[in-house]
Amino acid sequence: MKTLKAIWHSAGRLGLAAGAVLGCSTAMALNDLSGGPAINQLDLPPSITEIGRDQVWLHNFMLIICTVIFIGVFGVMFYSIFKHRKSRGAKSANFHESTAVEIVWTVVPFVIVIFMALPATRVVVAMKDTSAADLTIKATGIQWKWGYDYLTGEGEGIGFMSTLDATHREMSDAGKPSGDDYLLKVDNPLIVPVNKKVRIITTANDVIHAFGVPSLGVKQDAIPGFVRDTWFRAEKTGDYYGQCYELCGKEHAYMPIHVKVLSQPDYTAWVELKKKEAAAAADDPKKVWALADLSARGEKIYTANCAVCHLPTGKGAGPIKPLDGSAVVLDADKTKQIHVLLNGQNNGAMPAWKQLSDTEIAAVITYTKNHWSNTTGQIVQPTEVAAMRK
Amino acid sequence: MSAVIDHPGTHAGGHHDEHADHHGAPHGWRRWVYATNHKDIGTMYLLFSFTMFMVGGMLALGIRLELFHPGLQFINPQLFNQLTTMHGLIMVFGAIMPAFVGFANWMVPLQIGAADMAFARMNNLSFWLLIPAAIMIVSSFFMPGGAPAAGWTLYAPLTLQMGPSMDAGIFALHILGASSIMGSINIIVTILNLRAPGMTLMKMPLFSWTWLITAYLLIAVMPVLAGAITMTLTDRHFGTSFFNPGGGGDPVMYQHIFWFFGHPEVYIMILPAFGIISAVIPAFARKPLFGYTSMVYATASIAILSFIVWAHHMFTTGMPVTGQLFFMYATMLIAVPTGVKVFNWIATMWRGSMTFETPMLFAVGFIFVFTMGGFTGLILAMAPIDIQLQDTYYVVAHFHYVLVAGSLFAMFSGYYYWAPKWMGVMYNETRGKIHFWGSVIFFNITFFPMHFLGLAGMPRRYADYPMQFTDFNMIASIGAFGFGLSQVYFFFFVVLPMMRGKGEPAPQRPWEGAEGLEWEIPSPAPFHTFETPPKLDPTATRVIG
Repeated sequence: MKTLKAIWHSAGRLGLAAGAVLGCSTAMALNDLSGGPAINQLDLPPSITEIGRDQVWLHNFMLIICTVIFIGVFGVMFYSIFKHRKSRGAKSANFHESTAVEIVWTVVPFVIVIFMALPATRVVVAMKDTSAADLTIKATGIQWKWGYDYLTGEGEGIGFMSTLDATHREMSDAGKPSGDDYLLKVDNPLIVPVNKKVRIITTANDVIHAFGVPSLGVKQDAIPGFVRDTWFRAEKTGDYYGQCYELCGKEHAYMPIHVKVLSQPDYTAWVELKKKEAAAAADDPKKVWALADLSARGEKIYTANCAVCHLPTGKGAGPIKPLDGSAVVLDADKTKQIHVLLNGQNNGAMPAWKQLSDTEIAAVITYTKNHWSNTTGQIVQPTEVAAMRK
Repeated sequence: MSAVIDHPGTHAGGHHDEHADHHGAPHGWRRWVYATNHKDIGTMYLLFSFTMFMVGGMLALGIRLELFHPGLQFINPQLFNQLTTMHGLIMVFGAIMPAFVGFANWMVPLQIGAADMAFARMNNLSFWLLIPAAIMIVSSFFMPGGAPAAGWTLYAPLTLQMGPSMDAGIFALHILGASSIMGSINIIVTILNLRAPGMTLMKMPLFSWTWLITAYLLIAVMPVLAGAITMTLTDRHFGTSFFNPGGGGDPVMYQHIFWFFGHPEVYIMILPAFGIISAVIPAFARKPLFGYTSMVYATASIAILSFIVWAHHMFTTGMPVTGQLFFMYATMLIAVPTGVKVFNWIATMWRGSMTFETPMLFAVGFIFVFTMGGFTGLILAMAPIDIQLQDTYYVVAHFHYVLVAGSLFAMFSGYYYWAPKWMGVMYNETRGKIHFWGSVIFFNITFFPMHFLGLAGMPRRYADYPMQFTDFNMIASIGAFGFGLSQVYFFFFVVLPMMRGKGEPAPQRPWEGAEGLEWEIPSPAPFHTFETPPKLDPTATRVIG
């Protein structure tokens, strides 16, 4: 590390690099990133899943076999290179073509290959078994971020986007990177509970991406128009980092994956928090609205749902009744109009709109009561709608 | 000046070329533009591919320059993707493939005792098609939106987002494919029909054998590539949805079609290299190849197996468990015939009487580094490990070990071995050794650290990377510049002097242990050779009348 820094500095002094680069080579303490890359890491990362450990084991197993073969084959070759040289007076023999030898060196590698394939087969089968998951999360690759949707299991319904921290992208452009988690820091990490089988379903919005986290031993392409899956069961809490592994365009290097593994209680607490946040973002059905706000909200709902038939003018057409000047709308008894919206009228010629929320129904009624030539000044509050739902 | 540039005016070379003057040999530019002579066309192929090798190398150095340090210093991410894409396309289709065709043009007729290639004018066309294709593909950098940036594999649907240069790239590949198919037909017909009497198939030198098999592979798979990129083209412009998921197309289907071409393509780029090595090792060990027959069978087995392993490039696309197992087993099986080849070369060296001139150095270097690429290939073949290594720098290291240290080193070996015959002068041995050691050392400095980067999970095709990967990237970048300079040295200090006829005159048989008909003709090889079929001795390595 030190010598390389020295090389880097001297290379800079030699003018091989632009001055802008030099500015960032001020020695900054860089550490291994737990759950991400280590400095000058030489091997697969330590894994916190069974599949990951199998992969490490298989890799070591292959490395040992290959090293043995390597030493054997090249031992012979280099022995021959040093001994059987013309300069050492070696006279060439003239042997060639031996069926026996040929058979031996065909069969022996064949057996070795089978010996290698056996343990790998077991892992392939285990790797592909995505059944009986405790939690299913959909990871959607989007140019250039990840979307996570919790489909089943604890936390069902939670969904959010995960994007690279903007300051990291700026550091990259400026050519001044820093930090142990450079290019790996996201705004919203993917949160999963420890010791639970998590099935990741991958898909994509635009082009092919790949969801890969080395420490979890998973990598799965995210293919637009198709769903694929993989799984992991994290055995240790902590932060684990991955990146997009399939070329997906210009910002390919800038859509990292951060998986945060929480203990079960922490995970439950996080789910509760997320649910509360979601609820807070939704309308509070007990809220008491002011006329102008509610009417403004109602205009949007009218445009989206009602204007197709009743027209933006509120005049209706043919069998469609006008709302502008309608007796029901203008009636002082607000329950009449609420009833029509919740249950429909004229055998469904006016359909029921009970799928809209209380707030939405209250808003659209308030809007119609106070628009066009209608000026009742009446407000329908969400609670009044709620009271009439059965 | 040597035979490569000059038209040989003197015919010192015995009886084979007595009739040369009857053909009214062309002069000046006509000699090259209207070239029908296999030696001239071979020379043009080799010079063209070396030019493209330099262009592709410049792009690679752009990549390594940017990756020298994290953060973006020189190249923006979009241009970076263009560099990786064009580096791959140019090296595969512009450098390695045409270079081997160049070797075939020069050596196949000489090795089998034929007067020329079977279809001399088609030979001219298949070379000259390369030029517009090369212009189109290189000029794509100057088109709106820049060059294609979807990776050399051109995966859909990313290709559907590319600018007009993608179409230029597709047309260029079509033309290069047509050129390859014509070249292959020519080689097959030449080998099957124009062998001198007595040159039976099983006496034919292995370089010709491997090219015969390679030519069949090319004819089988180039149309597949053409189909894949044509479908991409119609998806882009004519509203089809072969690969566009928005219209019900399947992006994974593209990958299946591409790799059905792509995997045999890998062997197209390595089988002729095996042929060169199988010629060089016996020559410098002064001992016949250990198992000629099994080498032929091993080559054929590799070629056949290459058709049933394509999806090992796609383990992470999410194929069924049976699919993963099948492609894993089939891929590992390729280690067997490849192992047979390596064992044969080593058995050929064993108890030989070896000398280590530059061709032999590159051949031994080839065996050593190529085998390392073979081992990493075996490791990548294991689907569970591949899940970790797919699309990381480990894969980049692996295929550069088999393509640079494999194909390229074999071609250097072949160059040093045969160039004295082509140009009539010997290369400078010291310079050859400098080129060898420069190449092999810098190659390993460049690509060995990439194994570590890949194991640590660094994705390929990234313009910027986490800081922890910095040191190995610096080492790789330094090595890359050294490797590039070694090749510039090769051209200016080895090739150019030889082309200008500088150096010791090459004897007819520059290598004591070399056998084959190419050494039966004078150096430099006369413009026309074997105009009448030579009479061969029973081993088909000597002309007896």
